[in-house]
Amino acid sequence: MPAPIRLRELIRTIRTARTQAEEREMIQKECAAIRSSFREEDNTYRCRNVAKLLYMHMLGYPAHFGQLECLKLIASQKFTDKRIGYLGAMLLLDERQDVHLLMTNCIKNDLNHSTQYVQGLALCTLGCMGSSEMCRDLAGEVEKLLKTSNSYLRKKAALCAVHVIRKVPELMEMFLPATKNLLSEKNHGVLHTSVVLLTEMCERSPDMLSHFRKLVPQLVRILKNLIMSGYSPEHDVSGISDPFLQVRILRLLRILGKGDDDSSEAMNDILAQVATNTETSKNVGNAILYETVLTIMDIKSESGLRVLAINILGRFLLNNDKNIRYVALTSLLKTVQTDHNAVQRHRSTIVDCLKDLDVSIKRRAMELSFALVNGNNIRGMMKELLYFLDSCDPDFKADCASGIFLAAEKYAPSKRWHIDTIMRVLTTAGSYVRDDSVPNLIQLITNSVEMHAYTVQRLYKALLDDISQQPLVQVASWCIGEYGDLLVSGQCEEEEPIQVSEDEVLDVLEGLLVSNLSTPVTRGYSLTAIMKLSTRFSSLNRIKKVVSIYGSSIDVELQQRAVEYNALFKKYDHMRPALLERMPIMEKTATNGPSETVQTNGETDSTILDTKHLPSISQPASQVGFLKHGFSIQTCAHFRSNPNPNIAVITIHATNSTEADMTEFVFQAAVPKTFQLQLLSPSSNVVPAFNQGSVTQVIRVLNPQKQQLRMRIKLTYTHKGSPVQDLAEVNNFPPQSWQ
Amino acid sequence: MIKAILIFNNHGKPRMSKFYEHYTEDTEQQIIRETFHLVSKRDENVCNFLEGGLLIGGSENKLIYRHYATLYFVFCVDSSESELGILDLIQVFVETLDKCFENVCELDLIFHLDKVHNILAEMVMGGMVLETNMSEIITQVEAQGKMEKSETLTLLFICQSMRQSQASRFSSKIS
Repeated sequence: MPAPIRLRELIRTIRTARTQAEEREMIQKECAAIRSSFREEDNTYRCRNVAKLLYMHMLGYPAHFGQLECLKLIASQKFTDKRIGYLGAMLLLDERQDVHLLMTNCIKNDLNHSTQYVQGLALCTLGCMGSSEMCRDLAGEVEKLLKTSNSYLRKKAALCAVHVIRKVPELMEMFLPATKNLLSEKNHGVLHTSVVLLTEMCERSPDMLSHFRKLVPQLVRILKNLIMSGYSPEHDVSGISDPFLQVRILRLLRILGKGDDDSSEAMNDILAQVATNTETSKNVGNAILYETVLTIMDIKSESGLRVLAINILGRFLLNNDKNIRYVALTSLLKTVQTDHNAVQRHRSTIVDCLKDLDVSIKRRAMELSFALVNGNNIRGMMKELLYFLDSCDPDFKADCASGIFLAAEKYAPSKRWHIDTIMRVLTTAGSYVRDDSVPNLIQLITNSVEMHAYTVQRLYKALLDDISQQPLVQVASWCIGEYGDLLVSGQCEEEEPIQVSEDEVLDVLEGLLVSNLSTPVTRGYSLTAIMKLSTRFSSLNRIKKVVSIYGSSIDVELQQRAVEYNALFKKYDHMRPALLERMPIMEKTATNGPSETVQTNGETDSTILDTKHLPSISQPASQVGFLKHGFSIQTCAHFRSNPNPNIAVITIHATNSTEADMTEFVFQAAVPKTFQLQLLSPSSNVVPAFNQGSVTQVIRVLNPQKQQLRMRIKLTYTHKGSPVQDLAEVNNFPPQSWQ
Repeated sequence: MIKAILIFNNHGKPRMSKFYEHYTEDTEQQIIRETFHLVSKRDENVCNFLEGGLLIGGSENKLIYRHYATLYFVFCVDSSESELGILDLIQVFVETLDKCFENVCELDLIFHLDKVHNILAEMVMGGMVLETNMSEIITQVEAQGKMEKSETLTLLFICQSMRQSQASRFSSKIS
């Protein structure tokens, strides 16, 4: 058969293809030719075929049939074959194919080859894709090569050792003796890779870390030589001598000096020297300075040095180069926890970065701004952040909105300001806020009793403008339902009261029900609001009409609500005022979390405002609860203040909003086998009706294996004379309760 | 650790791709497409750092890229690498390619993919930086190139002598 075409020919041919289909056709033809050539077991052209196969692999076509051929090439004696074979092995093979184990013997032989380039190829391949079995077998050879005097092989062996350690951490001790004189090498390549090897060992094992601390003086000396030495052409990059090695050494110094006074002291001088002497006109200088700053912040440096570091970062922030600004913002984010005051000094620059055109910089600046918000600067910062929320990309809006809510909750100077801020967020970025912000806001409004009239007025006005932002509409309809009487009577003190009639309010709420923009949830909110107004307004007939219309709605949720409200009007009219009265002030839950509970005052329908709240992730204590037939259990997990970190203390509160007491109430819980449970005695066994009181019980769960906490609970009680039993499973405890 | 090194042109066609972590072939192609999509949206005067796309590790990994004429050089790294250092590394890589290929252009990368891989293998090994000294890298690459050349020459010589002996045998048969 004719000789297979050369790689160059193939590339040229493929480039003439004008469509994807043409290219695919050519490649398939060539693959077929290559496959038949492989079958003929022809040694001369195997190398060429595999090279073509690798090119096709890069374009995205399947090339797995070449794997065995790569192995044959590796076993060949010729350097050209070996080179392509190893390259093919690195690109096409990985741990998941059993074929790769066949390479082990070849690599072993090649590691002892007479030519250094063949040894280099073997080291390279082992270092790139060696599996743990291969590494175990060949670690001895690598260790031998680590001690050789050939610098070309030594540096490759060092990186190969890093890979071996990553795959098989137990072998780390094996490489320890070889590291003894790694740092006395003159060759920068070997120095560089040795520092990488030492860094990897120190990061993995604290014993190694303490062992290598004695190398700090040597490292400091090498760094000093690099800085002080004059121009050396072979290591020079834009006027600085081997910046890559400098950066690596600084990073290793950072790891060695962390938490250790003596090492940190030994490094202070050199760090100050680097920080002051490095040229900052080019990127290389800034790279070294950046690394120096990070090291200073991490070790136990003296305060003068820290101030110097933060000032360098401040200078970076004003640099014209965007990369430098980005890097400065990233490192300030890391240091803001420890050196808060120093970073505050640069607050105005950081806030200016919010207006930058670059997306990456904006994101960093936003995160940093939230970290810098405190009680003193809340008003100013919030103005900037709200302006940012207006103008930023949609990707940011969700994060920004959550951040603003958190900050407002922590540092709000006044309730009115808080409500204003939240309203502003809802009107500008309403569709991007998280789902749990609606119940949060409702709870906040309920608890600020004096602001009810003002709030409902503002929300009403916002509704008149725009009904497309669902969270805003939901909160507004809830408020109007609750405080509609205040709205109509024009009692607002904070601002000019508006004149609104009952019919206008009902018009707006009915408009929400029919609008296409409203989601089913929003419709539910507005129907309930209309119902609540039946006790606050006097136009009962209109409300009755609306409610009965929706009794035949296609939406099951709306239909159920309407039917039940209808029943309220007809059969239970005497209960209606009690059921629909004002919400009581809700218990304040976790102060810095978005998850709250909302108690309902429905009777048989647990669907009104049924917020199965999502436990949030960043709280010290959060609540998980569920509702059953008007009987609600809230659990509150504490895990901060107990001495044993494996024990989670959970408190349950049981309340009953039905009209009869629940007597002989017993709460039982079961946990999976790996847990141990201890139930302490309850406060009482009668849960009074109409939420007049609650029963509290403390549960202690021992979780030594830190598995996810799950619990099956059983409730037995007597209600209206008949015994009731309920079973449920609680799975949504927040992660901190069991981590 | 460097997770991947990608070179693609302004239209997203891959010119070289090297992954230092295991991905299936499909995922690799998707990563190339996703990275191109992220990087090509960037303006000319914004910073060279991006959060990684979802396929390649999301916000834990960064994409550090440089745009030279028609090619994007993208290094995907995790948090243990210095961003500014990698920028310099990309510069050294491109300058090395320039020296090896004499005024490198995209066509050189297209037709000599294996050579690009060989040069890269001398600089980055197993996701870690091996050598940054340009002259050292070039020396090694040239030495290995010489070895290959001598082997092909020997092969040619053997083939030639084989053909000559065949011809002489043939002529002796005829005569």
